[in-house]
Amino acid sequence: MEKVLNKILDEHLREKGNLISLLQRIQETYGHVPEESVFWFADRLDIPASRFFGVITFYPKFRTRPIGKNTLTVCCGAACHIKGGDKILETVREVLALPEGEDTTTDMKFTVQQATCIGACSIAPVVIMNKEVHGGTDPVKVTKLIKGYEGEEFLGYL
Amino acid sequence: MENSSIEIKVCLGTSGRASGGEDVLNLFRQFVFERGIEAQVGKKCELTKVGCRGFCSKDVLVDVIIDSAKTTYQSVTPTMVERIVLDHIMGGNPIAEWTTREDYAAFHAKQHKIVLGPCGEIDPESIDDYLAMNGYRAARKAITKMMPDRVIDEVAKSGLRGRGGSGFLTGEKWRTCSAQPRSPKYIVCNVGEVNRPLAEGNPHAIVEGLLIGGYAIGATTGFLYIRERYHGSVERLRNALAQARERQFIGKNIFGSGFDFEIEFSFGTEAFICGEETALMESIEGKRAMPRLRPPFPAIAGLWGMPTVINNAETFSNIPIIIGKGAAWYSSIGTEESKGTKVFTLSGKVKNNGLVEIPMGMSLRDIVYGIGGGIEGNKALKAVQVGGPSGGIIPPSMIDMGLDYESLRKVGSIVGSGGMVVFDEDDCMVSVAKFYMEFLQRESCGKCTPCRIGTKRMLELLTKITNGKGEDNDLKILERLSGVMATTSICGLGRTAPNPFLTSFNHFRDEYLAHIRDKKCPAGVCTALITFTVIEDKCKACGLCRRACPADAITGAPKKPHVIDTARCVKCGACYKACKFKAIKKQ
Repeated sequence: MEKVLNKILDEHLREKGNLISLLQRIQETYGHVPEESVFWFADRLDIPASRFFGVITFYPKFRTRPIGKNTLTVCCGAACHIKGGDKILETVREVLALPEGEDTTTDMKFTVQQATCIGACSIAPVVIMNKEVHGGTDPVKVTKLIKGYEGEEFLGYL
Repeated sequence: MENSSIEIKVCLGTSGRASGGEDVLNLFRQFVFERGIEAQVGKKCELTKVGCRGFCSKDVLVDVIIDSAKTTYQSVTPTMVERIVLDHIMGGNPIAEWTTREDYAAFHAKQHKIVLGPCGEIDPESIDDYLAMNGYRAARKAITKMMPDRVIDEVAKSGLRGRGGSGFLTGEKWRTCSAQPRSPKYIVCNVGEVNRPLAEGNPHAIVEGLLIGGYAIGATTGFLYIRERYHGSVERLRNALAQARERQFIGKNIFGSGFDFEIEFSFGTEAFICGEETALMESIEGKRAMPRLRPPFPAIAGLWGMPTVINNAETFSNIPIIIGKGAAWYSSIGTEESKGTKVFTLSGKVKNNGLVEIPMGMSLRDIVYGIGGGIEGNKALKAVQVGGPSGGIIPPSMIDMGLDYESLRKVGSIVGSGGMVVFDEDDCMVSVAKFYMEFLQRESCGKCTPCRIGTKRMLELLTKITNGKGEDNDLKILERLSGVMATTSICGLGRTAPNPFLTSFNHFRDEYLAHIRDKKCPAGVCTALITFTVIEDKCKACGLCRRACPADAITGAPKKPHVIDTARCVKCGACYKACKFKAIKKQ
């Protein structure tokens, strides 16, 4: 880990980055911001760790827990909402059997996120699987989408 | 024939891609190049990926232009490509049943596309396409032939106002900043979610606008502030920047004038508060995005305490047009106080969903029924929400109002960034107000008390009402809270947060009272307030509802009307949807 963190630190110093860009770099590398990395950087940069956590907890995109292999983002903006976006989120959580308060499946295959509005209102409701936008979706389509990313094996809950 | 050519334009905006535009484009490429179509028909063939042209509900849209005769196909899927190539491109017979219908023409007829004009026509990844439509001409003119003050005068005279938030005069904002003696100065372009089609359809216009703005105020650095998640937009802008740098439109000694200007990305993360300019600056500085107290205004002390101008991408896209065509031309469009055009995302329950650009002052009716083609399923219009989550809800009785800054302010709404959501008779206004409050409460940054606690309390009260537990007094508290928040919050988020409630309460008071006094949701949305029953004489005892019910709450025998056990019913509505005879009553 040390080696990777040193590389991130070098880049950060070279590009005169700020806390957000540093955290973005860490998250890009690990998929989340490991707590120990915060203390490591806090030490090296002489910035209180609390300042890091302040930024991490302010922006919903930063996460301190590991992320699943696939990220499914459900848009919950107004246009998606009135076209049934809430039903889609419900379906997704049900299909993936996510317990209350959890956003990642226990097998680490999927993480479910909510977006406020992704600006694709004309094809609402919208979900994003990894980087791919899927418009005009519904509970049946989204279930199929998830199934498509699960691979061949039967996982029991579908 | 010398000039004979074939051009195929495939829409690859966010929606075009989502509908499989990449596959369609690749298939066309396979057919045309690998099978040597060019040689067979003896015409040069060009394939172009274009940005969003707005009519997203019929994506993928494909233009086939043979010797300047244009045919537009709608809802194109990969399986249709072969026939288009064989029948149309090789055979010369356009396939009539696949072309766009009247709605496509009606959708475009009433629009006035200035900033969206090139989107859907040019290849957004090609600087040559942009240059061919006089791109970077305005920047060259401004930088080599006009003093910065003249540029600002021109923008001020055009009457252009900020297209993102409060609608401040862009020229005046620039003038204040340019008058500051301190340097360096910064100029920031906020690329918000509604600006994505611009960034993906014509990114060079944003870069050019930013460049002209930078020259006008004397900035050395411009920032493109964009959410990292908007991959497509980031890619296109990154590409545009690289091309502009290669041609030396940005960098050192631009157009040999001695003016240096750099543009950098600043990647934000999704947070609604970042639409507020001082919060956005905090975010660029790498901090929690909490708004600053004003004054000092950003034009005087902004990024890192230096004079800073912030405008959004739509505002910047207008700049090259104003400089190129002149302030007088620009200000001939629109109303007395609101000049030019505005892009709106028309969404919700209208037939034609999409991105539209209208002259300021066009009536809501023309947008919803003209461009939008009316309400889906020919249901009744209930309301239109304009201006995003903190905009206001406008009832059908006011549908003839013109859309401009003043008129919208008068009815408790805002232009905002141009969100427009249409609701029909099936939508409950109390629940809609609650939805927006839920969003605003989540997005409130928590810095000032009126907004932090106000949004929370308002959400609790609205939830209470939709759960059927509301009392008359709740409405009084909601109104009082709204007043306090609107007058005492630090920034626009808190000040406008009560808008959805206030406007819906104003125009749909009876609906609030029905929830509170009669414990009924007239639109049949609020689960706690609806019951499902079988209308006996309509029931054909087919058993569809019984099988659809996940809670086993429906019983019935052949030839006997079915019965819903309200105690077991979970109000999911599955029976209502399953019934083919409209025999289930929801109220």
